[in-house]
Amino acid sequence: MQDSKASPGHAGGNQEEKKTDTTRRDWLFAAGVALNVAAGVILAIPLVGFVFSSFLERKDPRSWISLGDLEGFPEGTTRIAAYRNPYTRPWDGDTANIPCWVRRLRGNTFQVFAVNCTHLGCPVRWFQESGLFMCPCHGGAYYEDGSRAAGPPPRGLFQYDYKVENGQLWVKGGETPTLSNPV
Amino acid sequence: MNTLRKMAVWLDERLHLTAIYASTAGHEVPASSGSWFYVFGSATLLCFIIQVITGTCLAFVYVPSTNEAFTSLQYLNHAQFWGWYLRAVHYWGSNFMVALMTLHMIQVFLFGAYKYPRELTWISGIFLFLSTLALAFTGQVMRFDQDAYWGLGIGASILGRIPVVGAGLVRLVLAGPIVAGETLSRFFTLHVFIIPGLLIALITMHLRLVLAKGINEYPRPGRPVRRATYDAEYADILRKEGVPFVPNAVGKDLIFAAITIVAILGAALLFGPKGPHGQPDPTIIDTAPQPDFYFLVIYAALALLPDWMEALVMFGAPAIALLFLLFLPFIANQGEKSARRRPVAVLSVIFILMVIGILAYMGVTAPWSPKMSAWSGDAIPVEYLKGRTPLEMHGAVVFQNKQCRNCHALGGEGGQRGPALDEVATRLTDPEMVRQVIQGGGNMPSYGKKLTPAEVEALVAFMHTLHPKHTPPARDSNKPANRLPRDLAGLTAPASPRMTQPVVTQ
Repeated sequence: MQDSKASPGHAGGNQEEKKTDTTRRDWLFAAGVALNVAAGVILAIPLVGFVFSSFLERKDPRSWISLGDLEGFPEGTTRIAAYRNPYTRPWDGDTANIPCWVRRLRGNTFQVFAVNCTHLGCPVRWFQESGLFMCPCHGGAYYEDGSRAAGPPPRGLFQYDYKVENGQLWVKGGETPTLSNPV
Repeated sequence: MNTLRKMAVWLDERLHLTAIYASTAGHEVPASSGSWFYVFGSATLLCFIIQVITGTCLAFVYVPSTNEAFTSLQYLNHAQFWGWYLRAVHYWGSNFMVALMTLHMIQVFLFGAYKYPRELTWISGIFLFLSTLALAFTGQVMRFDQDAYWGLGIGASILGRIPVVGAGLVRLVLAGPIVAGETLSRFFTLHVFIIPGLLIALITMHLRLVLAKGINEYPRPGRPVRRATYDAEYADILRKEGVPFVPNAVGKDLIFAAITIVAILGAALLFGPKGPHGQPDPTIIDTAPQPDFYFLVIYAALALLPDWMEALVMFGAPAIALLFLLFLPFIANQGEKSARRRPVAVLSVIFILMVIGILAYMGVTAPWSPKMSAWSGDAIPVEYLKGRTPLEMHGAVVFQNKQCRNCHALGGEGGQRGPALDEVATRLTDPEMVRQVIQGGGNMPSYGKKLTPAEVEALVAFMHTLHPKHTPPARDSNKPANRLPRDLAGLTAPASPRMTQPVVTQ
């Protein structure tokens, strides 16, 4: 920057001229910064909105989806069922096939459990003979009614809202259950 | 020749190459820093370069779409020319990068290099460490198989435990309320653009600081750092025994770099790429997700921690560890650098490495997980069934069918979640076994609803036979019939009221 000071424009200037010049340059600098801050904000609003849209989304992502005819779930059994995730993107592939455990007690009384262990979300498996759900990750176990039996889980299995309509079992799916958002 | 020289001088006048060289590669370092202990940093950087190159190649073929990723990985493994090998180099390169970075960090800690005036070098290194681990985790997700799918679920579950903002964070990380189409795209962007960009910026800062503040001289015991005098001392060291980094101090780095490359390529050739294991279809629930080795420690800790301290350790421990590492250069800003005069530092490193080693080993063996196939796969050893009554034999069938084996081993086979039952009869009396089976307790579920009284009787009759040949089963000392004559002799005297009460079993 040594060079610019020695430029011809400054060489002949007296004190007065230099001062006005400096104020003008200061003003230009301040105006330039202010304009760029404003332009930056205008640029940032859609960027932040785009990236954090899922964070800001307040609408309930869940909707009712059928698990199939009631005949598929005999009374007194616990069976695995799967549904196509209603919260969907065209390129979801296999990941949109969501499993759940359906326990039909009697008539239209069901319990529909998320497969996700309440400890850290691994998929629990049903063991008919011992009447337990067991988790393969950290050894969590649940009774047939979903309540915690043993291991590190802090609570029983997450349960879906369900309804029986048109001879079919429907659940409200579309969201991963976690402790802060238990479906 | 003269023309060539003229051309070189002309170029140098324009590009300032000699000046740049003198201030970077050719800068003076203490001769003592040309040590085998000082090679890990450059080797970590080398790994990063290998990762960038192989990763770029893989991105030519890999499709970051939940629908296609698994197929494109299979294509890379089986159809793309050298595809399996580049995947293997990328995988082993990441393992080596994490390992060498850890060695570098330990060396820097033990050599006191974080002390004055290199505090910011250390702090930028901490952020490099975190970014590299983030790269490793997001890289695991790129291998979009069952492990990756459930690994994302585990990550979401951990985040979901954070109060207030947990649910929002889960949505931010998964790019939606559930692992779906956008999740992989998000992790791809992090793995390929954001974190590597951050890493390059941090590496630039890290190296700039190494140049600005000089590389740590090989510490000698009895030469403590003093803020007032260190800068002059370091200048003095450079004046007396300073050598240009290239070529005089870089030799060992170069040799170790070559060894590192050969080791990565060799591991890739020998062991091949990892996975993908099983397509990422959540309805295939017969899976036991396991993280890559650098996260096994956390995986194991989360299984072993008591419930009440889980949240505390999950969030508190990393926060405290991070704060400690960030403040370390200010806590111990001056003083001895040599490990020979810092026993606490040496012992801490040994202790931490032992904890990590043991937890990682336990993470691999996972003794806390029920062995899901044991009840149908592992037979009861024949000698446990020889000469048994029909009732006891029936008990053995109950034992097998009710999946007791998933958690309890017999003859070394079966789960290790609960205690092995080979000698259970010497520890528990029959009524105690009945109580334990029906009521559960101590991490065992209760089986009262799932066993008929006849099954319980048979089961306990079988377990009653599980004792070594010459060790009799445990007896209930409260039952007079079970007492030895000398005990009974004492009982004829007025016994304490408690002893005469009936035994409550079931």
